[in-house]
Amino acid sequence: MPPYTKPIPTVTPELRPFFEAAKRRELVVQRCRGCGTYRFPARELCSNCLSRASEWVRVSGAGEVFSFNVMHQVYHPGFAGEVPYAVVIVKLAEGAKMTSNLVGVLPGDIRIGMPVRVVFEDISDEVTLPRFAAVSSPGV
Amino acid sequence: MIPYTAIAGLGITQQGKVYDRNHVGFAVEAVQLALADAGLDRGDLDGLLLNPGLSWGEAAMGSFQLQQAMGLRNLRLSATMNAGGATAAAMIQHAGGAIAAGMCTTVACVFSDAPLKPPKPQGAEKGGGGSAGAYGFARGLDAAYGQFGINAMYAMVARRHMHVYGTSNDHFGAVAVAQRQWANRNPAAQLHETPLTLEDYHRSRWVVEPFHLLDCCLVSNGGVAVIVTSAERARDLKRPPVYVRGMGQGHPGGDPAETLTSGAVLAKETALRMAGLTLADVDVVELYDCYTFTVIVCLEDYGFCKKGEGGPFVADGKTAPGGALPVNTGGGQLSSFYMWGMTPISEAVIQLRGDGAARQVPDARVALVSGNGGILSTHSTLILSGER
Repeated sequence: MPPYTKPIPTVTPELRPFFEAAKRRELVVQRCRGCGTYRFPARELCSNCLSRASEWVRVSGAGEVFSFNVMHQVYHPGFAGEVPYAVVIVKLAEGAKMTSNLVGVLPGDIRIGMPVRVVFEDISDEVTLPRFAAVSSPGV
Repeated sequence: MIPYTAIAGLGITQQGKVYDRNHVGFAVEAVQLALADAGLDRGDLDGLLLNPGLSWGEAAMGSFQLQQAMGLRNLRLSATMNAGGATAAAMIQHAGGAIAAGMCTTVACVFSDAPLKPPKPQGAEKGGGGSAGAYGFARGLDAAYGQFGINAMYAMVARRHMHVYGTSNDHFGAVAVAQRQWANRNPAAQLHETPLTLEDYHRSRWVVEPFHLLDCCLVSNGGVAVIVTSAERARDLKRPPVYVRGMGQGHPGGDPAETLTSGAVLAKETALRMAGLTLADVDVVELYDCYTFTVIVCLEDYGFCKKGEGGPFVADGKTAPGGALPVNTGGGQLSSFYMWGMTPISEAVIQLRGDGAARQVPDARVALVSGNGGILSTHSTLILSGER
């Protein structure tokens, strides 16, 4: 397997629960204990109710494409062999939005509203990255 | 309401691939040009506001640096301001407030930048170093997924607008073409001699879909400064005053891809109410065009057309030379030069003074000027007029 050359995110204390869950093939999102709002990425306080209390909760991993772009320019050498590639914003069923990629879908086939489901890819010993796959038929 | 302040001087340095001076040099030259335009000298300045471009780096004390560079000795107001693309118009607003309050009399509002370096000029789009995603500070997560820079974040919002309202690349292209037509009439525009058709637009390379290269503003080296003083004092200076009739800001917060709406909705209310004018009184519109897309959104949010109809509005030719609503009459940041919000302000001053030559809009009495930043999250509006 060729070495992984794309940027590997730093496992910061505030995102550690996210990466630990991803290792277990689970998607977790921070939820406010005050008002129940889901939020991603991690923040110190809730912009809805200003509560500082939060928890990481497992979400279903289901969502839909909220928006996407197609990157044609190489901003990092790790993506040189991939352009053009798509970046998506997935709106999770629970409400939070995540920037991610779709696997197995050509950029030209991506549509806003497409149902997607989380998949996981180990990119280093420490980091497993959640990406998303299209849900092509019910029950998949 | 009788305006309290006016723009009395405008200074624009050479713009574009100008490599023989740095950001401080451009700023000093812009202020000198603006002072000369007003018939003032640096000893008359008692206020200095600076919006640092990328080259000033983390210069929290940029206005102090500029003060030192210019040998200004009697400032009663000095600050470095940053509200993204909304800053330029906001600086004029803060200068006006300080003058009205009696804190100072004569303020230079300045922007300069020199991000282009020889011998490898960068492309025409903004750089890829953005650290703060539109969706929060993801600590490298965006980069892990290959999302880099402001273009990519605006592209996400533009794609939603296309999905919700049926806006198309033909619509974006119509903005680029209309503004190029204006630039072709403006000898100071970087792309003055380059005509553009919709086909040329579609042929230009993709940067980040749905943005072609020609959807993105230019990167420019240069500086622009504006001298703000009281309306009364401006009448005695060298050039006809451009009165600040109304001003407002709007910072909506929230997720721009969700709302598809800029702060213009808030900012215009304050500005038009202060001016005692309506959109029907506006003769020229100078919008903050970091992308073709933002022109469409702002036309909608100011109410020149219904929400979602900005694309067809431009495609109909309304904003081009000869159209019912002249927009970005110097070519804007897409085709003329990119000095953040100073580009639309400077063009409004030129139009209201009647200095537009081949691009002059006949009987231009009232200009609406906007600044927009932070992925549709910060906004400022000026209503300017050559008449009180």
